[in-house]
Amino acid sequence: MTRDVAVLGAGMHPWGKWGRGFVEYGVRAARAALADAGLEWRDVGSVVGADTVRGGYPGYVAGATFAKALGWQGARVTSVYAACASGAQAIATARAQILAGLADVVLVVGADAAPKGFFRPAGGDRPDDPDWLRFRLLGATNPVYFGLYARRRMAVHGDTLEDFAQVKVKNAALGARNPYARYRKAVTAEEVAVSAVVADPLRLLDICATSDGGAALVLAGMDFARRHGAGDAVRIRAVSTVTPRFPSTVLDLPDIATDSAVAVRPGPETFRESIAREAYEEAGVGPGDLSLAEVYDLSTALELQWYEDLGLCGAGEAVKLLREGATAPGGRIPVNTSGGLASFGEAVPAQAIAQVCELTWQLRGVAGDRQVPDARVGLAANQGLFGHGSAVVAVR
Amino acid sequence: MPRTRTPVVAGWFTGDGDGFRLLGTRCSACSTVFFPREDVHCRNPHCGGGRLTEEPLSSRGHVWSFTDSRYRPPSPYVTDPELSWAACTLIAVELPAERLVVLGQAAPGITVADLTVGMEVRAVPGVLHEDAETTWTTWHWRPTGVEA
Ligand SMILES: [Zn+2]
Repeated sequence: MTRDVAVLGAGMHPWGKWGRGFVEYGVRAARAALADAGLEWRDVGSVVGADTVRGGYPGYVAGATFAKALGWQGARVTSVYAACASGAQAIATARAQILAGLADVVLVVGADAAPKGFFRPAGGDRPDDPDWLRFRLLGATNPVYFGLYARRRMAVHGDTLEDFAQVKVKNAALGARNPYARYRKAVTAEEVAVSAVVADPLRLLDICATSDGGAALVLAGMDFARRHGAGDAVRIRAVSTVTPRFPSTVLDLPDIATDSAVAVRPGPETFRESIAREAYEEAGVGPGDLSLAEVYDLSTALELQWYEDLGLCGAGEAVKLLREGATAPGGRIPVNTSGGLASFGEAVPAQAIAQVCELTWQLRGVAGDRQVPDARVGLAANQGLFGHGSAVVAVR
Repeated sequence: MPRTRTPVVAGWFTGDGDGFRLLGTRCSACSTVFFPREDVHCRNPHCGGGRLTEEPLSSRGHVWSFTDSRYRPPSPYVTDPELSWAACTLIAVELPAERLVVLGQAAPGITVADLTVGMEVRAVPGVLHEDAETTWTTWHWRPTGVEA
């Protein structure tokens, strides 16, 4: 039995700071995905929304909010939250429903209207909430963690600020070619170097912004896809939604400390490595089979870390891969052909869905001047706060 | 009237001066250490669950990594909006005996220029902020080779 589901439609609302509500972005993305699929909203049997905590109750129940805005038509509804991995969990939920025979066609939608400045925890006094505690006790914003990872790479692997800047240069050049990206201008290494330090050693242009945006996918079972004349559609072959394994020894947002490894020996792989491995195993592919990868470049240094975690190279070899141009257009394994978070800024519940939109367009061969020639297999990887791994493998 | 000294979070550290220690808990069954403290259930999935008892952590460790906050963090971090923001240094410290990494602010005056990965640091008492009645206390990391 095939475990593939077909991607019949992909749609996005451009990323930016538009100053409007998340529902509008999500509905526009959903309508674009439905039009792309050649389907009507009334053909959808299930809608899965990726939640936005900044939308109040309508955001917490995003599936129902989008269903109402599109016009109640009785579809099965689900809303999921997994921080930055919410979109991938929405895809996983849709896929499980399709494979279980609960729905033929599922609409997946995520959208966000981001705040100005740093992400911050929900209000109130909550000393039992690690996300609240890290802000209250340490003022540890997300960039603080990105700065720690970057400094650690510099000390352990010898990465340099110039290497980090080259990741931004690469991604900005790709974002300039993407009509859905928020930042569509090439950036030079000099511009990165003179931008303000936010969290030493990282500068403003090393760190992703927060954005408004919306993304949607129309997924369907393969039988439905064939009946619909789309038997050759891009397919999702694996979705990994793993948690870490105790003891988790890499300091991770939003925690103040790691697990102790004093009683249990840490496993051979880190959490992020396990995210990719599970997806590879489920899809029956390996890193050598990838035509492209979309990774969660919350910072330039973190993109380099993903190269190693995805097995595109060995530990400490990410900079070598970057310098060789392997991850740039025309390279062996282009990474973040969409322009990545560097060019989009993060619209949390939409971002993992947007990654799969890019895979879909690349695998269809319609990515315009970002196109990876003859793309066959793509992987999108991401990690959500509180231990939500996610990776999606799509194939043509 | 003198301010009351109150830990910003209860039960995470104790003592003054050289006697200052972070407080964790240890499982009596598997001997795993937890910081922040776990008081109800051991989180080791291979452990049937033991009694969790308070235990001071090693006072010294080595810098795993470090960074700073060049911009004022949002609430619930407390700052005086009247004062200009000065960069705050943060250090993640690996405690060899407990085999865990604990993040904390650096002692006042310590900047990223004073730090290298692997350098020895120790936990020292610190002040997070003060209001009219209370001095809110916390832990800081200070390099053992750098004087106040
Ligand atoms: Zn135990």
